[in-house]
Amino acid sequence: MTIPGQPSASPEPAAPLLKVEGLVKHFPITKGLLRRQSGAVQAVDGLTFDVRPGETLGVVGESGCGKSTMGRLITRLLEPTAGRIEFEGRDITHLGVAGMRPMRRDVQMIFQDPYSSLNPRHTVGTIVGAPFRLQGITPEGGVKKEVQRLLGLVGLNPEHYNRYPHEFSGGQRQRIGIARALALKPKLVVADEPVSALDVSIQAQVVNLLDDLQEELGLTYVIIAHDLSVIRHVSDRIAVMYLGKIVELADRSPLYTAPLHPYTRALLSAVPVPDPARRARRERILLKGDVPSPISPPSGCRFHTRCWKATEVCAREEPPLLTLRPGHAVACHHPEDGSDSGARGAVT
Amino acid sequence: MTAPLHDTGAAGAAAVDVATDVPGKAIEGRSPWRIAWIRLKRDKVALAGGVVVLLLVLVAAFAPLIVGLLGHPPNEFHEETIDPFFSTPKGSWGGISSDFLFGVEPGNGRDVFSRVVYGARVSLLVAFLSAVVAVVLGTVFGIVAGYFGGWVDAVVSRVMDLLLAFPQLLFIIALVSVVPNSLWGLQGSGVRMAVLIAVIGFFGWPYVGRIVRGQTLSLREREYVEAARSLGAGRGYILFRELLPNLVAPITVYTTLMIPTNVLTEAALSFLGAGVKPPTASWGQMLSKAVTTYEADPMFMIIPGVAIFVTVLAFNLFGDGVRDALDPKGSR
Ligand SMILES: Nc1ncnc2c1ncn2[C@@H]1O[C@H](COP(=O)(O)OP(=O)(O)OP(=O)(O)O)[C@@H](O)[C@H]1O
Ligand code: SF4
Ligand SMILES: [Mg+2]
Repeated sequence: MTIPGQPSASPEPAAPLLKVEGLVKHFPITKGLLRRQSGAVQAVDGLTFDVRPGETLGVVGESGCGKSTMGRLITRLLEPTAGRIEFEGRDITHLGVAGMRPMRRDVQMIFQDPYSSLNPRHTVGTIVGAPFRLQGITPEGGVKKEVQRLLGLVGLNPEHYNRYPHEFSGGQRQRIGIARALALKPKLVVADEPVSALDVSIQAQVVNLLDDLQEELGLTYVIIAHDLSVIRHVSDRIAVMYLGKIVELADRSPLYTAPLHPYTRALLSAVPVPDPARRARRERILLKGDVPSPISPPSGCRFHTRCWKATEVCAREEPPLLTLRPGHAVACHHPEDGSDSGARGAVT
Repeated sequence: MTAPLHDTGAAGAAAVDVATDVPGKAIEGRSPWRIAWIRLKRDKVALAGGVVVLLLVLVAAFAPLIVGLLGHPPNEFHEETIDPFFSTPKGSWGGISSDFLFGVEPGNGRDVFSRVVYGARVSLLVAFLSAVVAVVLGTVFGIVAGYFGGWVDAVVSRVMDLLLAFPQLLFIIALVSVVPNSLWGLQGSGVRMAVLIAVIGFFGWPYVGRIVRGQTLSLREREYVEAARSLGAGRGYILFRELLPNLVAPITVYTTLMIPTNVLTEAALSFLGAGVKPPTASWGQMLSKAVTTYEADPMFMIIPGVAIFVTVLAFNLFGDGVRDALDPKGSR
C-alpha cells in the first residue's frame, strides 16, 4: 500500500508490471442491413500509463467515461483499436484466446455486479474451482480443498462449498468473485467498481478485504471507481478519466490535497468530508450539464463544455498530459496551480 | 463496520449469513432445480396434470399388455356386434359393454378401447419425438444465432421467419402423398410416422429457436461470461457450461407446452388422411371416420375426441405448472 513512497526520491522506479501506451478503443456504430459504419463510440481514446509492481492504481471518472472499457482492454477481454499493452515487458496487445490463456493466470478481474458475475446454475465450488479446470491445474491437495481454503481466505464459510449464489448476500457474492479472481495467484488484479453495487455499510468491509489480501499475497491492483471517496484509502496513485482520456495522474496525497485539474477538483468537492470545520470552508463545485456523448466528443479539451475556467484555447487545442511536478501529470491549459501563464498561449 | 477483517473469517461471515442453516447438518445447497421441484409439489393442478401425463405414457408404453387384458386385438373385426341393417353397433352407447369397454366401431365392429389405447402410442410417440427434433434444432440454431450475432444471427433469424410463415399443414399433406411406402428401412405406417416426426419437428424448431436466441442474447451479456473468458475459456465452454445450463429451464417449459400442440397437429393430419396409414389406429383417423356416422353413433366420435382433449389438457396444465415453478424469467 505504501510502495512508491517519495516519487521524486526514487530515481529509477522498478520496471512496470503493466505498461499501456496510446490505448484506443472505438466501438463502431453500424447502420442498416449492410452494417455500414456510420460512426464510433470513442470509449477510450489514447491512454498512457504504467502500473508498478505492488502498487494500487485507482481509476476514477463519471459513468460512461470509459473506465470499464479500459479495464476490459488491459485484461484483454476486448480487442484494442490502437495502442500497445505490455505485461511484464511482453506485448499482449493482440494476443488471441489461445495466446492469452497462459497470461490469464497472471491478470485477473473482479467484476462490478455480484448478481451477474456468478452463474446462478453453478455451485460456489464449481465457480471458484473453474479457474483450475480452465487452466488445467490441479492444486496441491485437490481442487475442493483449495477452493475451501480460498473461501476461508475471503472470509466465507468453507462449508458453503455446495451452495448456490442465490443463497448469499451481495457482499458475500462479491467475496466469492474475489476468491475466484485470486484462485490462480495472479500478479495483477483489475477490480471494476468492486463495491459500487453493494450496500454502503458493507463497502468498507470489501475494500478492507482487498487491502488485506494485497498485503498478504503481494498483489498489484487497478481499482476502478466512479468517485474519489471509495478508493481514497487504498490507492497509491490515482488516474482521473474524463471521456476516454486521462486528465490527471498523480500520487494519492498530492491529488487529494492539491489537485491540478479542474475536473479533479470538482470530483473532490463531491467527496464527503467528515471534519465539520473543513466542510464549512470548502466550496462545493457543481458541474453544469451532462457528460457529452463519446460519439462526438467536444473539440480541444473535452472538458471545456463544462469547465468554469475554459478559454478560447481550450476549445481549440487539446491539452497534452504533461508532468508538471514529479509524479504529477495533468492535461489542462490552465492548471490549478496557475502555471499556465503565457507559455501555453492562454489569451484572455 | 470498522472491525479489522482478519477475524471475520468465521464470525463475520456467520453474522451476515443467510439464515437457512440447520445447525449440525451438513450444508447442502438448494439448487434452482430443487427449489422448482418444491414449488411444483405445492401446485396441485399441475400435479394432477402430471399424473395424467404419466398414466398416458404408461398406457402407450404397455398398450399390448393392457389390450391383452381388457380388450380385443385392435384390428380384429367383430361383425356380430354390428346391426347388419344400419351397420351401427348393436345396443345403446355405441355398443359399450363389459366385453367392449368403449364400444365398437361402426361397420366392422373393431374394439374402440383397443384402438384408443394403440392410438395413444402413435399420438404420444409422434408428439414427443417431434418435440425432441424441434428442441435439438431450435437450441443449436438459437444459441449459435444469439451468441455469435452478426451475419449468423441475421441468416438464422430470416430462416426462422420464413419457416414460421410457411403453410406447414399443406406442405405435410403434399409431402405425405409423394413419400414412398418404404423408406430408411421402415414400412407403411412406420414411414408415415417418421415423416410426421421429421416434418412437425422441423417446422417446430423456429419457435424454440426464437426463445433460445432471445435468452442467449441477454445471457451472453452477463458478467459470468466475461469472468469465464477472463479465465481463458473458449467458445465451447461458454456455450455449453455457462450458457446452456441457464437455458435448460426455458427449454423444458417450452417442450412441455409444445407436446400438446404436436398432439393436435398429429390428430389434424390424421384427420385429413396424412397421418399413419390404416389399419394402424390413431385418434385423428377415428374422428375422421366418425364424421360420416356421428348422427347414428355419437360415441364413436366422442371417445377419441375426449382422448385428445384429456391428453392436451393434462400436458398444458402440467406445462403451466412447470413454467411457474421454474420461473425462467425471474430466475437469478
Ligand atoms: N460493447 C460496446 N459497444 C458499444 N459501445 C460500448 C460498448 N461498451 C461500452 N460502450 C460505450 O463506451 C462508453 C464507455 O463505457 P464504459 O462501460 O467503459 O464506461 P464506464 O466508465 O465503465 O461507466 P460506468 O461507470 O457506467 O460503468 C459508453 O458510452 C458506452 O456506452
Ligand atoms: S484545458 Fe481549459 S477547459 Fe480543459 S480543464 Fe483546463 S481550463 Fe478547463
Ligand atoms: Mg463500468
